[in-house]
Amino acid sequence: MTSVTDVSPVRPAFRLTRAFQGLERLVVPALLIAGWEAFARSGMLPPALLPAPSAVLHALGDWVFGFDETTQTYSGHWLRDALASALRVFGGFALASLLGILAGVAIGWSRLFEKTLEPTLQMLRPIPPVSWIPLAIIWFGIADKPAIFLVFLGAFFPVLMNSIHGVKTVDHNLVRAGAMMGANGRQMLTDIVLPAALPSIFAGLRIAVGSAWMLTVTAEMVAVKSGLGYVLWDSYYFLRYDIVLAAMISIGLLGYLSDLGLKAIMARTLRWQQTTTVQGRAR
Amino acid sequence: MAAIELRNIVKVFSDKRRGRDLLTLDNINLDIEANDFVCLLGPSGCGKSTLLNIIAGFEQATSGRTLVDGKQVERPGSDRGVVFQQPTLMPWLTAIDNVAFHLKLKGVAKTERHDHAMEFIDLVGLRGFEHHHPSEMSGGMNQRVGIARALLMNPSVILMDEPFAALDAQTKLEMQEELVAIWQKRRCTIVFVTHSVDEALVLGNKIVVMTRRPGRIREAVNFDLPRPRDITSPEFNDAKRHILALIREESTRLAQAS
Repeated sequence: MTSVTDVSPVRPAFRLTRAFQGLERLVVPALLIAGWEAFARSGMLPPALLPAPSAVLHALGDWVFGFDETTQTYSGHWLRDALASALRVFGGFALASLLGILAGVAIGWSRLFEKTLEPTLQMLRPIPPVSWIPLAIIWFGIADKPAIFLVFLGAFFPVLMNSIHGVKTVDHNLVRAGAMMGANGRQMLTDIVLPAALPSIFAGLRIAVGSAWMLTVTAEMVAVKSGLGYVLWDSYYFLRYDIVLAAMISIGLLGYLSDLGLKAIMARTLRWQQTTTVQGRAR
Repeated sequence: MAAIELRNIVKVFSDKRRGRDLLTLDNINLDIEANDFVCLLGPSGCGKSTLLNIIAGFEQATSGRTLVDGKQVERPGSDRGVVFQQPTLMPWLTAIDNVAFHLKLKGVAKTERHDHAMEFIDLVGLRGFEHHHPSEMSGGMNQRVGIARALLMNPSVILMDEPFAALDAQTKLEMQEELVAIWQKRRCTIVFVTHSVDEALVLGNKIVVMTRRPGRIREAVNFDLPRPRDITSPEFNDAKRHILALIREESTRLAQAS
């Protein structure tokens, strides 16, 4: 008599592919880091100009945990620096989201706001946020405020543009259906147009959070004396490229985590949107 | 007093890019009695959807009067339930919340509106799917939600714009039967736009044949074949022959005119 396991044997090759599947996304980073380490150790460039990944990791470790003061005054101060940057990102991003969504929905929904507000905003949009730095410094001094102002400028326009787009492209028939069911003007906005525009608004928020990190770091290099960007720029003056790279990695990691957080909120809010991949698999 | 009175409805669309006007509806006069099942039958582009949109209040007639229950139509409203060609449900709401949307807009509490909506979910045979989102249901099921949503408002008329056009043949037949059953059970007035002679004959007890652009009413045919209708019966075929002749006459006239 055959047992059940004889009927459906698990082939080893199959198990191997399964195990590999979890690791596939690590292949490219692992190869890059190994190549970099090999190149740095080959001595073609002085280690001060291109520190090996191991050296960068060492610097990052000391910066975070402060075990041997490789990073001197920064040793053990990572959390404080990261928090300083994150708060600026959060402040500017929150302000930009609030005003961007409000202005975007108003412009997308009302002809009056479109005519009065949009031309001015569209004229301000092409001005690079960085070019506001001189003004930001004389207006707000050297502290958190100019950084938050720059973050706001960088994050506001993606939110604004996507909110306008989201509201303008709401299915005309949904609005008709709402009117048919007796929605008044306010209900049309809160119960139909806003939920329908949410996917587009979230797309804007995700672009904005990336810009927010970029501009925090830029501002910290020029106008603020704390945060990851300041550490990066300060280390550059002392030719500590291991710390420069450690700071870059920290920024990349925190930016990635902010996007993951936003994606999680988006997945919860837009649960009704069944996302389908190109292959047609629902995820 | 008829449920719907259309008086000298004219609709002209101005084509600004080409600088000319397009006469879409040319002097439509029609009375629809309460509890009638009226099918507006005509080729695409004859303005039958435009006429429906005018009754719904989505569009304004260039001239003429539209009265529903004796009241002039000025804007869309819940006294006229509309079932669209595409289901047009709120994709972020579940089936039951879509059906109950009208009650939500009126500020009815959640449990109460769900209780009420469940009755209509049952009526269209969707029990068990009330917590599904539109993206998780088939086109036919979504269209059932659309019908339930219109019925829940208890409107004086239900306006349907080719609601089964996008469905496969078998689902279409099922839906037609169910719609007739619902109409018989709930005694409502339905105006149903279609380009299919068979569909009009299966559903309607009054078939309004419209001409190609500019849309005019060619003839309003009363059709009281008992239900369920046998689409192979001589009476059905007689009526079909008559309506097809009206349509053919029309295309011959057009061919001669050109």
